Amino acid sequence: MPAAFPSSSDTAPILEARGLVRAFGGLRAVDGMSLVLGRGEMVGLIGPNGAGKTTFFNLLAGSLVPDSGAIMLGNRDIARERPEKRIGAGLGRTFQIPKPFREMTVLENVLTGAQGQSGEGILANFLSPSRVRVEEHRAAERARELLDFVRLSHLTHEPAAVLSGGQRKLLELARVLMADPSVLLLDEPAAGVNPALLELIIDRVRLLNAQGRTVLLIEHNMDMVSRLCERVVVMAEGSLLAEGAPAQVLARKDVAEAYLGQVAA
Amino acid sequence: MILDLAAYLAFFLTVALSYAVITLGLNVQWGQTGLFNVGVAGFVAVGAYASALLTTPDAPDRFGGFGLPIIVGWAGAMLAAGLVSLAVGALTMRLRSDYLAIATFGVAVVVQLCALNLQTVTGGPFGIGFIPRPFTSFAGDPLLFSLANLALLALVVLALYLFLERLLSSPWGRVLRAIREDEAAATALGKPALRFRLQAFALGGAIMGLAGAAQAHFIGFIAPDNYLPTLTFQVWAMLIVGGSGNNRGAILGAVVVWALWALSGSVIGSVFPAGWQARAAALQIALIGVGLCAILLWRPRGILGERRIVSRHLVTAPKANPSLVNNTPPEIPHA
Ligand SMILES: Nc1ncnc2c1ncn2[C@@H]1O[C@H](COP(=O)(O)OP(=O)(O)OP(=O)(O)O)[C@@H](O)[C@H]1O
Ligand SMILES: [Mg+2]
Repeated sequence: MPAAFPSSSDTAPILEARGLVRAFGGLRAVDGMSLVLGRGEMVGLIGPNGAGKTTFFNLLAGSLVPDSGAIMLGNRDIARERPEKRIGAGLGRTFQIPKPFREMTVLENVLTGAQGQSGEGILANFLSPSRVRVEEHRAAERARELLDFVRLSHLTHEPAAVLSGGQRKLLELARVLMADPSVLLLDEPAAGVNPALLELIIDRVRLLNAQGRTVLLIEHNMDMVSRLCERVVVMAEGSLLAEGAPAQVLARKDVAEAYLGQVAA
Repeated sequence: MILDLAAYLAFFLTVALSYAVITLGLNVQWGQTGLFNVGVAGFVAVGAYASALLTTPDAPDRFGGFGLPIIVGWAGAMLAAGLVSLAVGALTMRLRSDYLAIATFGVAVVVQLCALNLQTVTGGPFGIGFIPRPFTSFAGDPLLFSLANLALLALVVLALYLFLERLLSSPWGRVLRAIREDEAAATALGKPALRFRLQAFALGGAIMGLAGAAQAHFIGFIAPDNYLPTLTFQVWAMLIVGGSGNNRGAILGAVVVWALWALSGSVIGSVFPAGWQARAAALQIALIGVGLCAILLWRPRGILGERRIVSRHLVTAPKANPSLVNNTPPEIPHA
C-alpha cells in the first residue's frame, strides 16, 4: 500500500467504497476495489482500458448492484439502494458515452435533472398548477444559468440530437448539475473533445470543485488529471493498483507496466 | 333523405370519436411511453362490462345490474380498466419489453373468454342488453338523438384532448419522454422509470375503459364478439395512420380509418352476394392493411407525425424557432 495521502485523511470521508466486487460471468470486472473520497476532494481515477473504471462508477451510481462490498455515503450503506435514489442523496454521475435525450430540446434535457419537482406527479398539474408553474420557472432559470456555464446557451431550443460529441459531454455535465449533487462522478468528461473545449471543461470542473463539490474523475488525459487532481487512484484488473500524487504515481514502474501490459496483450 | 344522411353522419362520427378515445389511450401508452400493448380490445371490454354491470337494471338470471347512473358506470369503467392495467403492468413491466406485448395479448384473450363463459356475470355469448343510453328522451327523433350523442362524445374527446395535452407538456410528460429516450440516463437523474411507465400504462388503460363504456352506452348492448383482436388491429392502424405521439393525429387517424372501414364494409355489402359476405369481410382487414402500408410509405410518421412537445410553462421561450416545428430533427453521427 502506498502511504496514505494527506488530503484523504485530513477531511471526513463523504463517499467510501469497501471491497466492491462485480463479475460478468467469469470476468471479475471489479475485483475488491476500495476507495475513500474526502469531502471537497478532487480525485483522478485512471487505469488502462478495461480496468473496470466505468463498472466501478456503475456500482457507485447504482446502475449495477455489487456482488459484494459496501458503499458508504455519509454513514449509510447505499450499495443496494436503487439508482434513482442516489442523486437525491447527492451522488450524481455522467456517462462515458453521453446519453442525451435526443428528441428533447437542450433546455428540457437540463430541466430533467431537476429534483423534487411537484409537476412530476400527475395530480399536482391539475390540483396545484400555480405551484408547478413557479417551480418550473425557477428550474428553467437555473437551467439557463447552467447552459451559460457550459456555453451551450445558443443551442437552448435545439433538439439534443444536433449536438456534437463534445457538446453532448457538456450537456451531460449541465444536466447532472441541475440536481445540485455534492459528489460528482465524471466518466471521461473530456474524451473526444477539441483542445479549446478541453480547456473549458477543465476550467468548469475546477470551478465546481472550488464550489465545494467532491469530484471523482475518470480520465485518460494525464495532462488534465495532473492539472486538476492532487491525488490519483490507479485501477488495474478490477482493483486498486496505486494511489498518490499524479507525478509520483505516473513514475511508478508497476503503473507503467499495467498500461504496457495492455499493449502487449 | 338529407335528414337520414345527417343522422347517419352523426352516427358515423359518434362511433369514430369513440374509437378516437381508445386511440388517445393507446397514444399515452405507445406514442408517449413506448409501451407495446397488443391487447387493447381487452381493456376496452373491461370498461364496457364494468359500466354495463353497474348501470343496467337488476337482472334475475345474472349477477348485478345495479341500476346506477351512467356517469357512475363511466367512472367505474375507468377505475376497473385502470386497475387491470396496473396489475398487468406491475406483473410484466420489470421484464423485457416484448413480454408486455405477450402479456397484454394474453389479457385480451382471457378477458374475451371470461366474457364468453362467465355467463352469470357477463351474460355469456349473448352479452348484456338494456344498457341505459343517454338522451333516451330524444329517442323519438333519430336525428336529434344522434346529434346529442355526437355532442356528448365530442365533449369527451375534447376534454380528454385538453387533459392529455396539459399533462404531456407538464414535467410529468417530460420525464415520460426522457425515459423513452434513454432509461439509464433518466434513472441516473433520479426518475424511477418503472413508476412512470406504470402510471402511463394505467392511465392509457383507464382511457380505453372509458371508451368501452361510451360505446356500450351508445349502442345499448354488448357481446364478447365486439372485443376480438380485430378491434386492437383497428386502433393500432388508427394511431399509426394519424401519427403516433400526436394527440390530434390519434383523433384524426380514428376518423380516417373508421371512414375507410365503414365505407369498405358497405361496398362489400352491396357488391358480394349474401352467402359470400362473411368471407368478404376479411377483405376489410386486408384493405386497412394496404392503406396502412400506403400511409407509411407516403408519410412514415403518420399524417400528422409527432410534434416536439415543450413544457407549457416555458412559453417565454421563442416559439418561432423552426427546428421546434420540424418533424424530422436533423441527424448527426454519434461521436
Ligand atoms: N455489462 C457488461 N457485461 C459484460 N462485461 C462487461 C460489462 N460491462 C463491462 N464489462 C467488462 O468489464 C471490463 C471492465 O470494463 P469497464 O468499462 O469498466 O472498463 P474501463 O476501465 O471503464 O475501460 P475504458 O477506459 O476503456 O473505458 C471489460 O472487460 C468489459 O468488457
Ligand atoms: Mg470506461
